[in-house]
Amino acid sequence: MGFLGQLFSMAIAAILIQNFVLARFLGLCPYLGVSKKLDSAFGMGMAVIFVMTMASAFCYIIYQYLLVPYGLEYLQTLAFILTIAALVQFVEMVIQKNSPALYKSLGVYLPLITTNCAVLGVAILNITPLADGSRYNFLWSVLNGFLSGVGFTFVLLAMAGIRERLELVDMPKSMRGMPSGLILAGIMALAFYGFMGMKV
Amino acid sequence: MIATIFITPLAASTASTIFLPVIILGALGLIFGLVLAFAAKVFAVKIDERVEQIIAALPGANCGACGQAGCAGYAASIVESDTAINLCAPGGAAAVEKIARIMGKTAVAQARKVAVFHCSSGGYNNTKWKYAYQGIESCKSAVNIADGPNLCSWGCVGFNDCQKACVFDAISVDEQGIRKVDPAKCTACGACVAACPRKLIMLIPETKHVVINCSSKAKMPLAKQLCGTEKPCIGCGLCSRKCPVQAITVDGNLARIDYAKCIDCGLCATVCPTKCITDSKAGKRLKAEIEAEKCIGCTICAKICPTQAISGELKQAHSVNKDACIGCEQCVGKCPKKAIIMK
Repeated sequence: MGFLGQLFSMAIAAILIQNFVLARFLGLCPYLGVSKKLDSAFGMGMAVIFVMTMASAFCYIIYQYLLVPYGLEYLQTLAFILTIAALVQFVEMVIQKNSPALYKSLGVYLPLITTNCAVLGVAILNITPLADGSRYNFLWSVLNGFLSGVGFTFVLLAMAGIRERLELVDMPKSMRGMPSGLILAGIMALAFYGFMGMKV
Repeated sequence: MIATIFITPLAASTASTIFLPVIILGALGLIFGLVLAFAAKVFAVKIDERVEQIIAALPGANCGACGQAGCAGYAASIVESDTAINLCAPGGAAAVEKIARIMGKTAVAQARKVAVFHCSSGGYNNTKWKYAYQGIESCKSAVNIADGPNLCSWGCVGFNDCQKACVFDAISVDEQGIRKVDPAKCTACGACVAACPRKLIMLIPETKHVVINCSSKAKMPLAKQLCGTEKPCIGCGLCSRKCPVQAITVDGNLARIDYAKCIDCGLCATVCPTKCITDSKAGKRLKAEIEAEKCIGCTICAKICPTQAISGELKQAHSVNKDACIGCEQCVGKCPKKAIIMK
């Protein structure tokens, strides 16, 4: 399989088969919290893609060149959280300085990503051995981070689109808002369960 | 390479298994900290000092009456997105003046409004009950059980959600258990309007004194049976027909005043058969009088008078029929020669 073929199979895996939200059940809080409006869902998705890609790169370097040489793999969670938090803070400052418009549209979601388990999840999964015992190298880690972010955004946008339409539906009062949102999330997860057996 | 920086000649002893992780993570944290501190300096964003000044000029109640999340949000939106500067209800004219000076803009304060209850019931002795409610002491929760414990499902339940919502301490409960708004303290922030599950509270211009004290949409005989004070609006429409400016509309057995049209004449209160409409200015209104020497006979006042109380030929001095005058003062402002005075 050439590079493009591998990339394609990774994309299918990250977006559909092993989707972070609906198959791994990570990053559920923004999935339910920021999916009321399509606009903010899109902003959140873009921020997550960006941070996931950056976090994949930095965490991979820190793990491979700082933790592994000294046998400190057991500190990975601590080190990754530290890295992600610092990274998000740094990114926030840069965006605020260079693109106030983007900073405004991302609003509170950017700092919130610091504690998003999907970001930590992708960093840890990048260094976990695959089924055949091999590991991702730096390039594939970054690509995996990027594609996982795309998968997250895809599901978040689908959810926001459906919820925007659900707002207009005549529903019993007690089902409006979060209850119908949770049922919707369950149905979407069931639908994505269908991709599980797919081999690419 | 990096190993030579961190690892001392120590062998894999207990000391190194403890100190090595501490040193590495500590160094990691230190480096990140330094980078962030450096970045904070390099990427520092200048905040417009006018925002700080406006925040200082605002009352800081964070009530949301302006439509923004809080005072800081409003200040930022004034500076950045050119929002109107007279939206702060609690700050009133004083805040508008200060912000106008900071922004170099001019704006008039909006007409001051106060919260007014549209229900005369809800006290200990003037409410008819359906059942004894023993749940959480909150209107919002009480109205969810069989449409509330009071017979009238439009009326006040009396658990004072509005009082709890008021951050300005403007709503008090008297010994009869009836809520009163202190117009001097009320800032028209709208917190009580949002808190009332029966939607009984409306913001009404301070200059208007006539209020329909009911929100019941029940039909004629039922409305009176349900109401604890027996002063419901029965939707008869007498007020609407009597209103000289067509400010009252009856919709679904309930009359409502359009305060943009209302001239505060109080005629509706005099005809209401159930005494549901109250007029705090009743009997205190003055009658118009035309000073003959100033009057040029332009007939403007005669045209504007809602009760045709002013008569007179063109270019002749006009006179007011005191019996027909309702004291609405509409003619006073319109007279080009300032010939009309209220006596």
